[in-house]
Amino acid sequence: MGIYLALKEIWRNRGRFFLFSLVIALITVLVLFIAALADGLGNGNKEYIEKLNGDLIVYKANVDLSIPTSRVDRGKRTETLRVPGVKDVGQASFSSVVLLHGENKKLNVALIGVEPGKPGEPPVVQGRGLTEKRGKEAIIDRNVALRTNLHVGDDLTIKSIQGTQEEFFVLRIVGVSDGRQYSLQPSVIVPHLTFDLIKPGTPATGNETDLISNVLIVQLQDPANWKNMAVAVEEQVNDVRAVDRKTAYENTPGYSAQQSTLNTQNFFSLLIGILVIGGFFQIQMLQKVPQIGMLKAIGAPNGTIGIAALTQIIIVTVVGVAIGTALTLLLSLTFPATVPIVFSPNAILLGIGSLLLVGPIGGLVSIRYALRVEPLTALGLAS
Amino acid sequence: MAIALETVSVSKFYKSDNGITKAVDAVSIDIKQGEFVALVGPSGSGKTSLLAMLATLLAPSDGAILIDGQDLAQMNDARRTAFRREKIGFTFQQNNMVPYLTALENVELMLRLNGKYNRVGRERARELLTRLGLGERLNNLPRQLSGGQQQRVAIARALIHNPSVVLADEPTASLDTERAHQVVQTFANLIHEQNRAGIMVTHDLRMTQYADRIIQMRDGQLARTISSPHEIRAFATTAEAN
Repeated sequence: MGIYLALKEIWRNRGRFFLFSLVIALITVLVLFIAALADGLGNGNKEYIEKLNGDLIVYKANVDLSIPTSRVDRGKRTETLRVPGVKDVGQASFSSVVLLHGENKKLNVALIGVEPGKPGEPPVVQGRGLTEKRGKEAIIDRNVALRTNLHVGDDLTIKSIQGTQEEFFVLRIVGVSDGRQYSLQPSVIVPHLTFDLIKPGTPATGNETDLISNVLIVQLQDPANWKNMAVAVEEQVNDVRAVDRKTAYENTPGYSAQQSTLNTQNFFSLLIGILVIGGFFQIQMLQKVPQIGMLKAIGAPNGTIGIAALTQIIIVTVVGVAIGTALTLLLSLTFPATVPIVFSPNAILLGIGSLLLVGPIGGLVSIRYALRVEPLTALGLAS
Repeated sequence: MAIALETVSVSKFYKSDNGITKAVDAVSIDIKQGEFVALVGPSGSGKTSLLAMLATLLAPSDGAILIDGQDLAQMNDARRTAFRREKIGFTFQQNNMVPYLTALENVELMLRLNGKYNRVGRERARELLTRLGLGERLNNLPRQLSGGQQQRVAIARALIHNPSVVLADEPTASLDTERAHQVVQTFANLIHEQNRAGIMVTHDLRMTQYADRIIQMRDGQLARTISSPHEIRAFATTAEAN
C-alpha cells in the first residue's frame, strides 16, 4: 500500500521528482569526479612505489621518509643484503627531467634510476627489461607511451640542466611498462649509472662502487613478515629507516595533504547531498501534512505512511545516482589523458554506495516528521 | 433497528492555565443503523470534539463510546487505527482527497487499506461514483473536480468499505447552496439505503432538513434533541428564512 501511494505520487508528479533526481545526479557527478580525481592524483603520486617489486623501502635515517633528501650508498646496500631474510636489494633514485619528442614537444617526466634486473625495475609489457648497467637504454611507462606516441625501438631525448648548461641525452627505448607515475609525472626508467650521468645537478663519478641512491628497494623471502624485517634491517644496518610501500607513498611530498583535502571535499559533498535531499523531502512533507493527516484519519497505519515516504526517497535517489553515474562516465570520455582522473571500481562503488545511503539518511527527518503528524491537528479538528 | 453507535456519559476535559475546560460534558446518545443525525451547535459547543471522539481520533476523558457494541477504550492505538479503517467512514471539511489519485483511485483507497481491493470492489466503486453523478469523472484528479464533486467522491470513499458509522465534518462548508443541498441529500439517501449510522456536523442549519434527528449542543452538553419530522422541517425552515 505504501509503495502504491509512493509510485502514484511520483508518476503523477514525475516532472518535479525528475528535477530533484537531476539535482541528486549533479551531486553524484561531483562526488564521483572528486573521488576519481583523488584516485588519479593519488595514483600519480604513488603508482611507482605502490607497484614496486619490493617489500621494504630503506631510507637514510632522520630524513622524515623524504625520498629527495635521503641518500643511501653502496655499503648500505651490501649490509642490507646480508640481513637474514632479505632476498634481493636494488638501489633507486628519482629526479625530474624534460623529454623531447615529436616536433618541439616537451613532456616533464620522472627519471628513475634502477639497477637492471634488481628490485625497483618494473616488469615490461612490451619489449625487454634493462640489461646494461651503463646502457643508453630506457623503459618508458604506459603514460609516456600514450602521451608521446613513442614505441619500443624508438629513441627519446632527455634534456637536463647540469651546472648551468642544458645537456641532451639520447636513449633507446627497450621496453614499455604499465603505468608507473611518480610525483604526478609519467616515468622513464634507466640504469642507475646512466641516471647518474643524466640527472640534473653535478654528474656522479660513474663508478658502481660509489653508487649513491635515494633509497634501497628490498625484496624479502617472506613478504608477510615485513614488519619484523623492517626492525631487523634498522637494527643491523646503521643509520637507515625501513618502511613498507604504503608508508613510503603516504610520505611522498604532498600526498597526505592532497588526499586529505580531496577526501574532505568528498565528505562535504556527501554532507551537502544529505542536507539538500533532507531539505527537499522535509519541504515536501510540510506541504503534505493535511494529506497525511487525512490518510491517518481514514485509518492508514504509520507503517504505510513511512513506507510510502521511504520508497519515494529510495526511488528518487536511485534514479538520481544512476543518471549521475552515467553522466560522469560519459563526461570522463571527453577528458584528455593529461587530466589525472582514474575511475577505479572500488572508488566508484564506494561513492555510489555512499550516495545511495545519503538519500535515506537525508530523508530520515522527514519520515520521522510524517510519522508524528497528528491527524486532528492536520485536519484542523483539534480544539 | 440495532444501535450502531452509543456514547455513555462521555466527556472531554482540557487542562489550561484558567483551570479545566469541559469541551464535552457527559453526553449520552445512541444512533441506530440507517439513521442520519445532524449535530449542530455554535462554535465551541463541543460538536467537533465529540465527532473526533466518535472517530476514535481523540480519547474521552470520561465515559464510554461503543461502536457495533465494541468499547473503544479497550483498544490500543493499533487496534483503534484498524477499527477506524474498518468500521468508520469519514468525510472532512477540506483536504478530503489524495491529490495524486484519481476520483476512482481515491475511493478504491479504502478498499486497498482494508485488503478488499478486488474486481467486485472496483466495480462497486465505479457504480457508487456513477450513482453520485461522477461517472464521467472517474479518472479525473482532484484538481480537475469542483468542490461539490470532491465532496461526493469523499462520500463514496466513506461508504465503499461498508462501515458501521459514517461521520461528516461540515461537508457543505465550501459549497454553494444548490451544491450543498445536492451533497447532503445524496449523503442522507445513501445512509438510509445502505443502513449505516450517519452523523453530520454542520453549521448550516438548512441542511438539517435531510436528517432523521437533530442533536443540538451548547457548552459541551446536549441542549436539545429534535426527532419528529414536523419539528425538523420547522427547524430547517426557520434557518432557511434567516
